[in-house]
Amino acid sequence: MSFFKKLSLKGFGEKKKDMPEGQWQKCPACETMLHEIDLSENLRVCPKCGHHYPLDSEERINSLIDEGTWQPMDSHLRTANPLGFKAYKEKVEASAKKTGLNEAVTTGRGSMEGYPVSLGVMDFRFQGASMGSVVGEKLTRAIEAATAERRACIIVSASGGARMHEGILSLMQMAKTSGALAMHHEAGLPFISVLTHPTFGGTTASFATLGDIILAEPKCIIGFAGPVVIRETTHQKLPPGFQTAEFMMSHGLVDRIVKRHDLRGEIVQFLRYFMPAPTVIEGRAATVIA
Amino acid sequence: MKMTPLEFEKPIVELQDQLNELLKKSAGQNINVDKEAAAMQQKIEKLRSKTYKNLTSWQRVQIARHPARPYLLDYVEACFGEFIELHGDRHIGDDDAMPGGLATIGGRRVMLVGHQKGRDTKENLKRNFGCAHPEGYRKAMRLMRMAEKFGIPILSLIDTPGAYPGVQAEERNIAESIAFNLREMMTLRVPVVAVIIGEGGSGGALGIGVANRVLMLENAYYSVISPEGCAAILWKDRKFAPEAAEALRLTATDLKKFGIVDEVIAEPLDGAHKDLAVASDNLKSAILKHFCDLDGLTPDQIRAGRYAKFRKYGEFTEPTA
Ligand SMILES: [Zn+2]
Repeated sequence: MSFFKKLSLKGFGEKKKDMPEGQWQKCPACETMLHEIDLSENLRVCPKCGHHYPLDSEERINSLIDEGTWQPMDSHLRTANPLGFKAYKEKVEASAKKTGLNEAVTTGRGSMEGYPVSLGVMDFRFQGASMGSVVGEKLTRAIEAATAERRACIIVSASGGARMHEGILSLMQMAKTSGALAMHHEAGLPFISVLTHPTFGGTTASFATLGDIILAEPKCIIGFAGPVVIRETTHQKLPPGFQTAEFMMSHGLVDRIVKRHDLRGEIVQFLRYFMPAPTVIEGRAATVIA
Repeated sequence: MKMTPLEFEKPIVELQDQLNELLKKSAGQNINVDKEAAAMQQKIEKLRSKTYKNLTSWQRVQIARHPARPYLLDYVEACFGEFIELHGDRHIGDDDAMPGGLATIGGRRVMLVGHQKGRDTKENLKRNFGCAHPEGYRKAMRLMRMAEKFGIPILSLIDTPGAYPGVQAEERNIAESIAFNLREMMTLRVPVVAVIIGEGGSGGALGIGVANRVLMLENAYYSVISPEGCAAILWKDRKFAPEAAEALRLTATDLKKFGIVDEVIAEPLDGAHKDLAVASDNLKSAILKHFCDLDGLTPDQIRAGRYAKFRKYGEFTEPTA
């Protein structure tokens, strides 16, 4: 087995290049050898220990949205280089090529058990799913559409924070998305924020922590500042389990920790409480307006 | 206060020292150095003007962080009528990095919130270097809602390296305390004017920065990440902070170009700390002018105007298929 590269026990950090032949890999949590098929057929959750691997946005959308109802939004928006940052365009283009996505978030309309939703899913493979102008704009449009069409809003986050290559404009996306959520909030519509590994910085300090309901995947790491920054700035000792979903829940920051297989059911359960019951017309969802 | 010159100020200080030396020497003797002194004075003025009118982004960051730079309470003392400080977030504590309270400026009532740094070790222990905890952001929001209730406009003076990155801050949800302010400030039905007076450190600055008008002192900076942090990530070395400062486009003039900042407030030639009276006069008249502009608007217009301002931020292309 010497041809297997040593994987980080911390988990989550796996890269494609660490997968020999792209077929077998060692689970970073339980060290079981897993075949690619074991993972891809199980929403990328280790069948042995339940370790949650990162999930691509496409797989996430498929796992949440009613079949045949997904209508993507704004996949034509393209990232500009407002600061003229060196090599930025090339980086974004490389991510786009690798993922087949236009940017780090995929947004769209769909239904869940017939309930109309606007869904945004961040994809960590795309520049660490950092938030620049396109991510902020796509999310804002999805939230605004949800407000106008009386949809629930669901955002699945995974993000390194703000996209520093876009400077102040990336910072402003925090205010823009949060402002759009203010209108959605006032319209009495539910926003369910799902935190996945890892969610940090400008994403956590804007829409991701504004959910009526905040759900987190098991053991995902969530925070404002990264642990290295905290240690270097404050010389504080970090408590055990610091910034894990479980730590965040015990400190009152998260409503529930939800396994990936249960996520759709959990979200729908909240929609049942918060939304008028849907009726299904020709296999497509329509809301009954009382 | 005796000020240590910044690196780029040293040539000016050296000339000034030479001039002082010359005047001192000549004072006790019967030599006329008027002509020589005048020439040196002229040379100093020329160098001063050349230096301060061509500041690099990094030099401005250094001025924004200057230990002698006027802080919120200095401006309160210099150009406000009164200030009745109000304390606490009503939940866990009071945050001295984020003072706030009722104040008057130019005869107007305002609710003042903002960051406060300390000038020495003892003060910085109290003020936490202007890095607020969640309770600071929550206190600020409490005061802003109070202001809305009583129809009092809000003035936010921003000066922070960033929100505090610490264990307790995380445990008490620093991220949510900022996010909540971003959402709630967007709905305030009274005018909000924000001024970046020193450091506009990322989310920690924006957390009290969702305003109808955003103003900025000439040598302040406002950035998504510190130049050092950006250099550490993109250049793999913090010593490239000057390059990062340039690349981030974080100066007042840059931000005016991006439409983020509505007005750049002039500082005295060599920085606000060299002449508080001038700096505070300029600050005060800019603040009053912008509140005055917002006077006639209805609460709905004020709210809508603020959302419209922030809604348009972002640069991307939208090719038609
Ligand atoms: Zn496992």
